[in-house]
Amino acid sequence: MAEQVTMNQDGTAAIESDGVRRRDFINIAAVSFAGVGGATVLIPLITQMAPSKDVLAQASTEVDVSAVEPGQAIKTVWRKQPMFIRNLTPAEIDAANKVDVGSLRDPQTLAERTLEGKTNWLVTLGVCTHLGCVPLGAAQGEVKGEFGGYFCPCHGSHYDTAARIRKGPAPTNLVVPEYEFLSDTVIKIG
Amino acid sequence: MSFSWAKHYEPKSDLTKWLDQRLPLPRLVYGAIGGGYPVPRNLNYFWNFGVLAGVALVMQIVTGIIMAMHYAPNALVAFDSTEHIMRDVNWGWMLRYAHANGASFFFIVVYIHIFRGLYFSSYKAPREMIWLLGLVIFLLMMATAFMGYVLPWGQMSFWGAKVITGLFGAIPLVGEPIQTWLLGGFAPDNAALNRFFSLHYLLPFVTAGVIILHIWALHIPGSSNPTGVEVKSESDTVPFHPYYTAKDGFGLGVFLILFCSVLFFAPNFLGHADNYIPANPLSTPAHIVPEWYFWPFYAILRAFTFDFFIVPAKLLGVLAMFASILLLFFLPWLDRSPVRSGNYRPLFKIFFGILVADVLLLGYLGGAPAEEPYVMLSQLGSAYYFAHFLIILPIISKIEKPKPLPYSITESVLGKDSSGMAGGPVLQPAE
Ligand code: HEM
Ligand code: FES
Repeated sequence: MAEQVTMNQDGTAAIESDGVRRRDFINIAAVSFAGVGGATVLIPLITQMAPSKDVLAQASTEVDVSAVEPGQAIKTVWRKQPMFIRNLTPAEIDAANKVDVGSLRDPQTLAERTLEGKTNWLVTLGVCTHLGCVPLGAAQGEVKGEFGGYFCPCHGSHYDTAARIRKGPAPTNLVVPEYEFLSDTVIKIG
Repeated sequence: MSFSWAKHYEPKSDLTKWLDQRLPLPRLVYGAIGGGYPVPRNLNYFWNFGVLAGVALVMQIVTGIIMAMHYAPNALVAFDSTEHIMRDVNWGWMLRYAHANGASFFFIVVYIHIFRGLYFSSYKAPREMIWLLGLVIFLLMMATAFMGYVLPWGQMSFWGAKVITGLFGAIPLVGEPIQTWLLGGFAPDNAALNRFFSLHYLLPFVTAGVIILHIWALHIPGSSNPTGVEVKSESDTVPFHPYYTAKDGFGLGVFLILFCSVLFFAPNFLGHADNYIPANPLSTPAHIVPEWYFWPFYAILRAFTFDFFIVPAKLLGVLAMFASILLLFFLPWLDRSPVRSGNYRPLFKIFFGILVADVLLLGYLGGAPAEEPYVMLSQLGSAYYFAHFLIILPIISKIEKPKPLPYSITESVLGKDSSGMAGGPVLQPAE
């Protein structure tokens, strides 16, 4: 489109067909303006797909864990996702602490994954970090996998008693959400 | 477009003449699938499957649009509305079974169509664009079928949606936000179901558009044929109508008999019983598998159970699965043998057979539980799949000595070709 840029010696615009013409400027300005405008329109078109306000507004969940004996676990729901709350036995705590942390795929100690003074309460998302299935092992009678924690049947991920990934395709440990103890028996997640 | 001896459309009645001058649609049809489109005379039944795929798409669109009149895309009632189609809507059971099994038959037909292309090297020049567009159609079909399977909102629907969108979660850094964005939430729910329905309705029509481009690209060089020798003269071809309309019609009859046998006598054979349990976000089915047509790819996905340097197993599996399809886009440039048809390539023929067996094995493994020995076999099967395209094909196209090709299609059919070029020396491919 733009022809050779030739300007007259005195700096006045060259005759119509050579040089940067006013029309080139108008073209570039108009196309840029339309481009930026078009790109801006994409913002609502794309972000409408993100979680809507009602989905995000799900309040935090409070759970009463007084009935969960050592060795037991319960499943609850938080943000429409399953949660595991597990009361570890001393033997399970020992088993978790004996592991050489350096040898883990996602190195974390049990203490880092629990609250101080409450190491027996293991609170995690019940969502396999591989592709999102619900691992087995929280409910009574479900298989707990080779390491006594959780087992994901979808593609065979094994988690240990600290819900750390030990074997199988999952890349990381089960996620520990933000939570606190409101009292000795009530946990608030989120 | 088309060969010089192609017959031209001649409107006969006043009405068709009037129409031809204003909107030459009959002319287009005549030249595309009528007497005005010359086609190699030696096509075998493997050349029926393109038309069958088109028929399958039409069946999906018709049954789908009707079901959409009774189906409700809302997580609270989607399952019930599907059961409503099954139990209450007049003939609803038949329409839904036709749609669900129609998807399976669509894939059977398309897989045969693709392997026809692989054996007869239909992807080679000058037909690369047909092949590439075909792969685009295949990707669209997979997306459509995946989203369709979510709609009944049964257990497999829900967990399928979770696992497949979880694939995006494997992408480093941006993966999880992308997954949340795709689902419109932290787990599949109403938002996901609604957008999947919207897209499930849309994509078949996008597919139909790409099919038009696919056929347009086909009509420029015309069909290849079992010898792989290009058309040389009029005696090599017959008009599409009535010759191939008849042959395709016969094939369609056979296809419909098979389809109806399954539809009426084993409508749930290809499905999964767990999808008759309403979606439950708190319990994963013991054995979650996608529909059978995704099994080979699912096997490749699951084959990666180990990290490789810094790349985690999860990402590797996802990359390998996508690569197994994307690889096919490069096929026209990976197979450098000048001979098209596998019939004249003794070495290629053997490895083609092994590839078919390998894909069938992967298909079996993809449906099997994630245990040994299946995992190990999936690893071997996946490795072979990639080796076939990246190592074996380029090597055989170098070392293989092809059998002599016939001079022309006519010669291969009649034993001699009296058209033009005397006697016809046997054409030797450049080595
Ligand atoms: C490329 C073509 C298509 C394919 C491969 C396809 C595939 C599928 C599959 C696999 C299902 C799940 C079947 C089941 O297990 O029940 C499904 C469901 C559904 N499809 Fe399609 N479909 C196609 C075209 C369409 C079209 C054009 C519509 C029109 C809106 C449509 C509407 C529906 C509806 C309403 C359902 C839910 C009812 C049900 O689950 O049976 N489909 N589709
Ligand atoms: S989703 Fe758990 S192992 Fe794949």
